[in-house]
Amino acid sequence: MSVNMRFGPYGGRYVPETVIGALDELTEAYERYREDPDYLSELGVLLGHYVGRPTPLYRARRLEEAWGIDDGLWFKREDLCHTGAHKINNALGQVLLAKRMGKQRIIAETGAGQHGVATATASALVGLGCRVYMGRTDMQRQRLNVIRMRMLGAEVHPVDSGSGTLKDATSEAIRDWVTNVDTTHYIIGSAVGPAPYPEIVADLQSVIGIESRAQMLAETGRLPGSVVACVGGGSNAIGIFRGFLDDADVALVGVEAGGEGPSGRHGASLAQGRPGVLHGSYSYLLQDPDGQVAEAHSVSAGLDYPGVGPEHSHLRDIGRVSYVNATDEAALSAFLECSRMEGLIPALETAHALAHVRDGAATLRAAGPVLVCLSGRGDKDVDQAGAALGIDASA
Amino acid sequence: MPESGAERLEQVFRDAGGPLFVPYVMGGYPDIDASRRHAQILAKHADIIELGIPFSDPLADGPTIQAAGQAALDAGTRPSDVLDIAGELRDGPPVVVMTYFNTVIAQGAREFLGAAADKGVAGIIIPDLPVDEAAEVRDAARAAGVALIALAAPTTDDARMAEIGESAEGFVYLVAVTGVTGGEMTMDDRLRALVDRARRHIPVPVVVGFGVRTPDQAEQIGELADGVVIASEIIRRIRDAPDADSADAAVDDFGAGVAGALRP
Repeated sequence: MSVNMRFGPYGGRYVPETVIGALDELTEAYERYREDPDYLSELGVLLGHYVGRPTPLYRARRLEEAWGIDDGLWFKREDLCHTGAHKINNALGQVLLAKRMGKQRIIAETGAGQHGVATATASALVGLGCRVYMGRTDMQRQRLNVIRMRMLGAEVHPVDSGSGTLKDATSEAIRDWVTNVDTTHYIIGSAVGPAPYPEIVADLQSVIGIESRAQMLAETGRLPGSVVACVGGGSNAIGIFRGFLDDADVALVGVEAGGEGPSGRHGASLAQGRPGVLHGSYSYLLQDPDGQVAEAHSVSAGLDYPGVGPEHSHLRDIGRVSYVNATDEAALSAFLECSRMEGLIPALETAHALAHVRDGAATLRAAGPVLVCLSGRGDKDVDQAGAALGIDASA
Repeated sequence: MPESGAERLEQVFRDAGGPLFVPYVMGGYPDIDASRRHAQILAKHADIIELGIPFSDPLADGPTIQAAGQAALDAGTRPSDVLDIAGELRDGPPVVVMTYFNTVIAQGAREFLGAAADKGVAGIIIPDLPVDEAAEVRDAARAAGVALIALAAPTTDDARMAEIGESAEGFVYLVAVTGVTGGEMTMDDRLRALVDRARRHIPVPVVVGFGVRTPDQAEQIGELADGVVIASEIIRRIRDAPDADSADAAVDDFGAGVAGALRP
């Protein structure tokens, strides 16, 4: 089966000529291996015995009562994946691909550090060298993940350009790839970048949606009324949405970073951006009238990105998914509520989805059970969220 | 019908009788006036001027050009300011602007290229617009009379070289190294074979750039190719100059040195 290069008008390959050959090679490899029994069986065994799939579907009874969601609030527990987030689904799939393509070195970008940790983990597992690009600002706010990556044997390379966040780390990773393309596979962590990356990442993450659709049917005998996920680049969202795109009655809701609120800085590319090209694909983008890419802002490093995956742009335009946003403040309070009422400390990224479920409960409730992609756990965020919420370890 | 950008560029190659010198100036670095002066100084030595329009996320550029572009943006440089500089160079060698795809489509390709043509721009280089994505911009460029300059790289295979050659106008910019700008090329058998391969598949002149730093290297490239681009090295000399006058002098000396090496 051939790999999607465009989603409506969005996507494409807007990258330096130097890496076009490598993108062709990756496209051919993925077309071949995604139907290769040996590849699929190796990946399947690892997803089962190493990642811990299928991840459970959990009913969050105390929150559903507090937020008035009568038909049930369900969490798809990607936070229980090995390494603590859905990112490992993609990293493992791509590392196994890189090994088959004969690559000797892995590079990645990371924002919150979850993709970096997942890639460092997968690289250690197959014995490939790994370098992770991470913005200096993000290294400070996601310090624990920097230590984890280094423990796993990866080299974490600080990026000082721009605002020292995910956008800058991605640019630097692409430059490394342009320079070392013969030996190196670049594992993009979200459903962004030049084709075929958005399709590969979505495909590898679609296990979230496939599992949770079957689990909802098994547990409740019906499909959810709505599916809610946070969107930075949009990999956990596209992964869960892909399980439900053909179910016209299931409302799909993506929650972007509302940052400081309507008059402040934010990361809501789909709500407030316009189409443009960043990191190799045509998609909604925060930019000024001259096309200079704007700095995004979010309390969560993983949503602090001015672009978004091209498939989300298409789903927005055709109206299949509605994209909303949640502010830093709303996300922080949802983070605390989920921790205290369910005993689940969610990632700050995930907390944006929860904030929308809480604040949009009236609308969501009317549609039936609510399914949330609990994309990651919040251990990495305890320093930063603790500081914001006034919680520390002093006696 | 005035001469198109492609015709003007091709004429320069025909008239030169030797390899062309294509120096790069980042518009707005270190400020608009200085970059205008540097372009005017280099125009005395150059056959074609490559004029950079700064972009926030330049994927094909190494640290030197990245920092220069960021400084230009921080100083408030806009694409129209850089096109104004091009307009003032009308009586000199042809100007080719270099920028990234989002800068072009933010205004609309037709509008952007029309504005460039109004300022006398002969060609445009867009390093993140590979040949397979370029159809729409190529049409807009043709309509405006601006040559869309394609890039080829060491990783471009023969079939793709031919594809690039088929639609090429003006010249093709051959990237000497697998990497971003600002590294250092070495003249070796691999590079010789690359230039040779490009010339076999590409019917228009082939200009080599990325990692060319010295007049000696320019001379070596000039023995094989139709021209040589020098960018990061010029910016380094501007950056390291203690004041504006010394920067002007450094640009002049360097330009004279490379031109002399190419046309002894």
